[in-house]
Amino acid sequence: MSAVVDEHDHHADDHHDHGPAKGLLRWITTTNHKDIGTMYLVFALAMFFVGGAMAMVIRAELFEPGLQFVDPAFFNSMTTMHALVMVFGAVMPAFVGLANWQIPLMIGAADMALPRMNNMSFWMLVAGVLLLASTLFMEGGAPNGGWTLYPPLVLQPITVGKALPFAVFSVHLLGISSIMGAINIIATIFNMRAPAMKMMDMPLFVWTWLITAFLLIAVMPVFAGAVTMLLTDKFFHTSFFNAAGGGDPVLYQHIFWFFGHPEVYIMILPTFGVASTIIPVFARKPLFGYASMVWATGSIAFLSFIVWAHHMFTVGMPIAGELYFMYATMIIAVPTGVKVFNWTATMWKGAMTFETPMLFSIAFVVLFTMGGFTGLMMSIAPVDFQYHDTYFIVAHFHYTLVPASIFILMAAGYFWLPKWTGHMYNEKIGQLHFWLSVISVNILFFPQHFLGLAGMPRRIPDYAIQFADWNMISSIGGFIFGASQLLFLYIVIDTVRGGTGEKVSDEVWEDAGKHGLEWTLPSPVPYHTWTTPPTSAPTEHVLDSH
Amino acid sequence: MALGLGAAQADYTLNLMKGVTKVSNDIYDLHMLILWICVAIGVGVFGAMFYSIYHHRKSKGHVAAQFHENTTVEIIWTIIPTLILVGMAIPATKTMLELNDVEKSDMTIQVTGRQWYWDYKYLDSDIHFESHLDEASERAHRTKGADPRSVPHYLLNVDKPLVIPVKKKVRFVLTSADVIHSWWVPDLGWKKDANPGFINEAWTSVDKAGTYRGQCTELCGRDHGFMPIVVIALEQPEYDAWVIKTLEQQKQKPDLSDQSSQQLMAHGESVYLKNCVGCHQINGAGVPGLIPALTGSAIATGKWESLDGFLRAGTSKMPKFDKLNGKEFAELMTYVRNNLGNKVGDELQPKQTALPDDDD
Repeated sequence: MSAVVDEHDHHADDHHDHGPAKGLLRWITTTNHKDIGTMYLVFALAMFFVGGAMAMVIRAELFEPGLQFVDPAFFNSMTTMHALVMVFGAVMPAFVGLANWQIPLMIGAADMALPRMNNMSFWMLVAGVLLLASTLFMEGGAPNGGWTLYPPLVLQPITVGKALPFAVFSVHLLGISSIMGAINIIATIFNMRAPAMKMMDMPLFVWTWLITAFLLIAVMPVFAGAVTMLLTDKFFHTSFFNAAGGGDPVLYQHIFWFFGHPEVYIMILPTFGVASTIIPVFARKPLFGYASMVWATGSIAFLSFIVWAHHMFTVGMPIAGELYFMYATMIIAVPTGVKVFNWTATMWKGAMTFETPMLFSIAFVVLFTMGGFTGLMMSIAPVDFQYHDTYFIVAHFHYTLVPASIFILMAAGYFWLPKWTGHMYNEKIGQLHFWLSVISVNILFFPQHFLGLAGMPRRIPDYAIQFADWNMISSIGGFIFGASQLLFLYIVIDTVRGGTGEKVSDEVWEDAGKHGLEWTLPSPVPYHTWTTPPTSAPTEHVLDSH
Repeated sequence: MALGLGAAQADYTLNLMKGVTKVSNDIYDLHMLILWICVAIGVGVFGAMFYSIYHHRKSKGHVAAQFHENTTVEIIWTIIPTLILVGMAIPATKTMLELNDVEKSDMTIQVTGRQWYWDYKYLDSDIHFESHLDEASERAHRTKGADPRSVPHYLLNVDKPLVIPVKKKVRFVLTSADVIHSWWVPDLGWKKDANPGFINEAWTSVDKAGTYRGQCTELCGRDHGFMPIVVIALEQPEYDAWVIKTLEQQKQKPDLSDQSSQQLMAHGESVYLKNCVGCHQINGAGVPGLIPALTGSAIATGKWESLDGFLRAGTSKMPKFDKLNGKEFAELMTYVRNNLGNKVGDELQPKQTALPDDDD
C-alpha cells in the first residue's frame, strides 16, 4: 500500500515543474486556472470593444437630432445588443477571469477545485456569445426589444424576426456557464484554502466573489426560466405573458428583475472586492473595517433579492407594493455607504501614492458614489415616476458600471498584469489612459442626467431639438472615451511583450507582500503555484478580525 | 393644430421641471430635498477624501497610520444614514399616497397605447379620437437630409392633442392594444405604463392653462421615439366649448363626393403617413424579414375589392383598419396602388369604397 502511495508521489513530482502544453491546443484543452483566467480576460476585452463599437453607433446616431445613420429598429438592436454583450460578454467574464487568476493565488490553492469544468464553462461562454452575435446577421436582425426582453414586444413578429430562439438558447448557455463557474469558485474557496487561512482571513476579493457566486447560482436559473417561458409563449402556444390567454406581461418583469437586480450586484460586488484590495496597498495601510466590509457585502447581496420591483414603480403595482419596494431599496444605501466610508477611512492618514491602479480605484470610489446618489434618488418611488425610463437612469446605471466596474477592471489589469507577466507597464501611458478616461467618461455620462431630468426618454433614436446640445456633448465624450480605451489595449499588449523592460520584484508594489499571498510568489507567476500550500497567510488586510 | 403651437421649442432645462400640478410640485420638492442631501453627503465624503489625498501622501513624507477599525465611528456612520433615510421616507410616503389616490375624480379618460400613437376616449362623453405624431415631424424624421430644427416642436407635436379642463380631477385609465407603452407628460409629474390586457389608473389636476408635452417612455418597437403626447389644459368655459365643437365634428359624415386624382393622392398620402408608414415605411419597402413591402405587392396591386377586404379584416401581424371611413379607403388605396413604386393606374372614388352603413 505504501509503495503505491510513494509511486504516486513520485509521479506527481516528475510533473511538478512542467509548463504549458505547446501549440494552439493548449488553449483549447487547458485546465490551468491561469490559462483559463487569461482566456476569460482576453475574451472579455474583445467583447468590451465589440460592445463599445455598438455604443459608438448609438452615440453617432444621437449626435444630432434627425435620423442620420441607422434605421430605428437597428438602433434598438444596438441598444439591446450593447447591453447584452457588455453584461454577459465583457463585465461578467472579466470578473470570472480575475477570479480564475487570483482566487487560487490569494488563498494558496494549486488550482481551481474543478479544473475541467472550468475549461467547459469558458468554452460554453464563447458558444453562448457567438450564438447571440450570430443574430446580427439574421433576417430581421438581432433582438431589438431591449436587453430586458420584455414581452409582448419581444414576441411580436413585426418586431423581432428569427433572433428570439437564438437569444434564448444563448441565455441558457451563458447561464450554465456562469453557474458552473460559480460552483467552481464556491468549491475552491470552501475546500482549497491554505490551512492557515480562516474564512475571516480571506482577502475581500475572495469574499465578494464567494457571495457573488451564490447570487449567480440563485438567479441565473430564474433568468433561464423566464426566457424559456418566452420561448414557449412564442412557439408552443402557452400564455404565461399573454393576457388573452390568462397570463400577464408584467409577470415577466417580476421574474426578470428577480434575476436582474441581483445581476447588477453580480457585476458590482467583485468590483468592491478589487477596490478593497488595491486601495490599502497604495495607502500603505490595512483595509479599514474588514469585518464590516464582509457584512456589508453580505447585506447588499441579501437585499438584492428583495428589491426587484423598484425597476417597475410605474408598471401599476398596489400601493403597498410601491411603498415596500421603496423602503427596502432605500435601506441598500446603508451598507453601500459603509463601504464608501471604509474606503475613505482606509485612505485617511495613509501614505498614498498614485500609480495608475490607485488612480482608477479612487475614481471608482468617487464616481460609483455618484451613481449611488442617483440610485438613492430613484429609490424614492414618487420621484421615480419622473426619472423612470429617461436618460437619468441611463446616466445612473452607466455611472455604476463604467466608471465603477469597468474602471476597477482597468485598475485590476494595471495592478496584477506586472505580477502575471513579470513586466512593468508603461506608467506614463497608463496615467494618460486614466486621465483621458476619467474626463471623457464624465463628459459622456454627466450630461445625460440633465437630458433625463429635462424629459428625454431612453431608447429613442431621435429626439426633440431642446435635447440637442447635451446629446452632442455626450457623444463627443463617448467618442473620446471609446478611443482612449485603445490605449489600454496597447498597454496590455505592450506589457505582455516586455513593457518597460524593467524587471519587477516579487512584491511589484511597495510592501504588497503584507497585503496578499499572491505577492509572495515569484514574478512572473510560475505556471504552477502553491503545489504545497503556504504555511501562513498575510493578515494585514484582516487585522481587525483578530 | 393651432392650439399646439406656442413658443417654437420648449425651454432648455437642466433640472426636473416643477410642473403644473400639486403632485408634480411635491415631487419636485422631494427631488430637490434628496438632491441637496446627496450633495451635502457628497461634499462631506469627497471633501474628506480629497483632504486625505492632498495631505496624506507619501511624496509629502506622510507616514501611514496603521489603524484599521473604530467601532464607534462605524456605528455612527451606520446610524446617521439610517436616520436620514427615515426622514426622507416620510414625505416620500405622503406623496406616494397622494399620487395613488384616484378617488373622487371629476371625469375619466381612457388612454390606449398603440403602435405608434395614442387613442383617447372620454368616458363621460362620446369623444373618442386618435393622437398621432404631426405630419411635419413624421416627414422630417423619415426623410434623409431634412432639417429637424425647422420643424416646430419636432417629435413633440401631435395632430389632435388631448384636451382637459384646468382645476378638475381628471382620472386616467390606461391600457394598450398591442405591446407595453408608457404615458408620460413631465409637467403632470408622472408616467404610467399602459399594459395590454390590464388597466392602470392615474390622475391629474392641472393648475394652469397651457400646452404640455411628453412622450411614450416604454420601448414599444421601431417607432417608440415617435409617439408623443400633447395635453392642452383649458379654462372650464373654453373646455366646454371644445367639447361641443368636437362632438359636432365627430357627428359629421364623411364627404363622399368625387375627388380629382391629385386630391386622392394627396389625401391618400396623409392617411398613409398616419396609419401605414410605421411598418411599411415611407417608400413602401417594408422591412426585410419582418414586414412585407407594398411596392410590387400582389395584394396591394391586385383587385381593389380584395385589397379593401384585406385592410378591413387585418391579419395576425397587421391590425384591421375598419376604423377608416369610405373616403379614407378610396384615398389610401389610390395612393398605395399608384405611388410607392406601384402603377396600377386606377382611381378609386369614395362612393365606390364606402360601405352602405358607412357613416363615420
